[in-house]
Amino acid sequence: MALHKVLGTETEFGISVRGEPGFNPAVASSLIVNSYPGKRVRVQWSYEEESPGRDARGFGHETYGPLDPEGAVVNSVLANGARMYVDHAHPEYSSPESYDPLEAALYDKVGELVMHRAAVAAAEHSGKTVSLYKNNSDGKGNSYGAHENYLLSRDTPFGDVIRYAMTFLVTRQIFTGAGKVGSENDRAKTDFQVTQRADFFEEEVGLETTLKRPIINTRDEPHGDPSKYRRLHVILGDANLSEVQNFLKLGTTALMLAALEDGAIPDPLDLFDPVEACWQVSHDPGLTQPLQLDGGGTATALELQARYLEWLSKYVEKEMDDPVWTDLIGEWERTLTGLADDPMTMADTLDWVAKKRVFEGFIEREGIDWASPKLRALDLQYHDVDPGKGLYYRMLAKGGMRRLFDDAQIADAAVNPPERTRAYFRGRCVDRFSDSLVAANWDSLVFDVGESHLKRVPMMEPLRGDADLVGSLLDEVEDAAELLRRLGG
Amino acid sequence: MSDRERGQDQGKSEDKAADEAQPVVETDADLEALDELLDEIDEVLEENAEEFVKNYVQKGGE
Repeated sequence: MALHKVLGTETEFGISVRGEPGFNPAVASSLIVNSYPGKRVRVQWSYEEESPGRDARGFGHETYGPLDPEGAVVNSVLANGARMYVDHAHPEYSSPESYDPLEAALYDKVGELVMHRAAVAAAEHSGKTVSLYKNNSDGKGNSYGAHENYLLSRDTPFGDVIRYAMTFLVTRQIFTGAGKVGSENDRAKTDFQVTQRADFFEEEVGLETTLKRPIINTRDEPHGDPSKYRRLHVILGDANLSEVQNFLKLGTTALMLAALEDGAIPDPLDLFDPVEACWQVSHDPGLTQPLQLDGGGTATALELQARYLEWLSKYVEKEMDDPVWTDLIGEWERTLTGLADDPMTMADTLDWVAKKRVFEGFIEREGIDWASPKLRALDLQYHDVDPGKGLYYRMLAKGGMRRLFDDAQIADAAVNPPERTRAYFRGRCVDRFSDSLVAANWDSLVFDVGESHLKRVPMMEPLRGDADLVGSLLDEVEDAAELLRRLGG
Repeated sequence: MSDRERGQDQGKSEDKAADEAQPVVETDADLEALDELLDEIDEVLEENAEEFVKNYVQKGGE
């Protein structure tokens, strides 16, 4: 049986300061992270267990250049177990480890609320209006990431992950894209494409995330017991505003990886040229272009996704009891059917289709064409996390986008951690013992309880530290010192 | 996530499935909704779109 797919997302938000285009983005990002008004602990992020330079193929180097000093300073852990920090020139929200894709989609959505609250607070005390965008490109050749993380077994040969996930990741773009006006990075000219990110991918497999980006990223940094786990770091994906779309993106990918570990994917469906296909899929909003297969012949992205749906529906029937997976299959089937009938029928579900429908209507009404700066402005404004300004949020308020969560749930998840992973322990400790927490990482917390040395609590098991295990302990103890004593430290 | 939420969402999916049985044409209601969205755009769109787009430059990340 496949390893339980604990998962989460990391989102770098685009940032600009109103009326000050030259404003240093690292400083603006620090302003945002430092302004967040919710419960959190500013910590030293401990890089002890991090090794972004280690390669899953087994030949990487141990360190990966000097660490960004700004990133190390402006770092916090929130009461919901998330990490909020400055990553180079962007504020970043890394969601807490979630137990299933629906919960992961919720905690990803929370990132928008956290960023918006931070921007409101920043405006109050600095007088600066900072706009934050949940997108992945500035339209001028610069991209920033929305990464997904999935727990894998160390026993799964990484070569299998490369081979079997490649075509899946390339073709899932038809329902993971957030849409973009035009093209970048010297790709072929186009009016509108399905994704923000595809133009920036240039390799099939590799360690990079900032240049020559690979479809399969080989960073081997498990954030857990390295003898048991891997973490697949998926970088070919767009940040999504649509709740349903996020559920689909995270759910289908987690399911695919579980099935892969169980040997339930009968065919890798190898593409002749995955990188070329990656661009092709994104540049084909009509979803009709055939992709060249490695063994000869062709198939469209929709046809290839239909194969995965068929295999994974059977897999869910056989192996997965939790109804979240049945819901996922229903949503996936509905999406592929809708996209096959007419992509426009998915305008209430997928970011790229929602954009395309409205932009086409706007072109017609205004008598403009795709090159108009108005469209580029709207493309950006779709992603503004300010509910009063962002086009996505305005469409949502009009009932134009389907939802999975209500506002109360999202607000609740901003201050409470997931209950079924170690994020529970982290979040509750932030809430209760903020004065004693001095450093954190995904797999440890470090406390200062006034003794001669600091005490480190390792959390090498992503599913340990959940509410069942430590909930009553955390309710009972008076302070961090008692917590550590009771934990046996 | 509670089962109640999942149940609700499933209900929505079924409604949609029923809708899909109809041929894909935009109904008057769809067009009206689109018109409302376009009105929304007029309210949201940056006044100086060109300047706004030009000033949005993002370097560094990932």
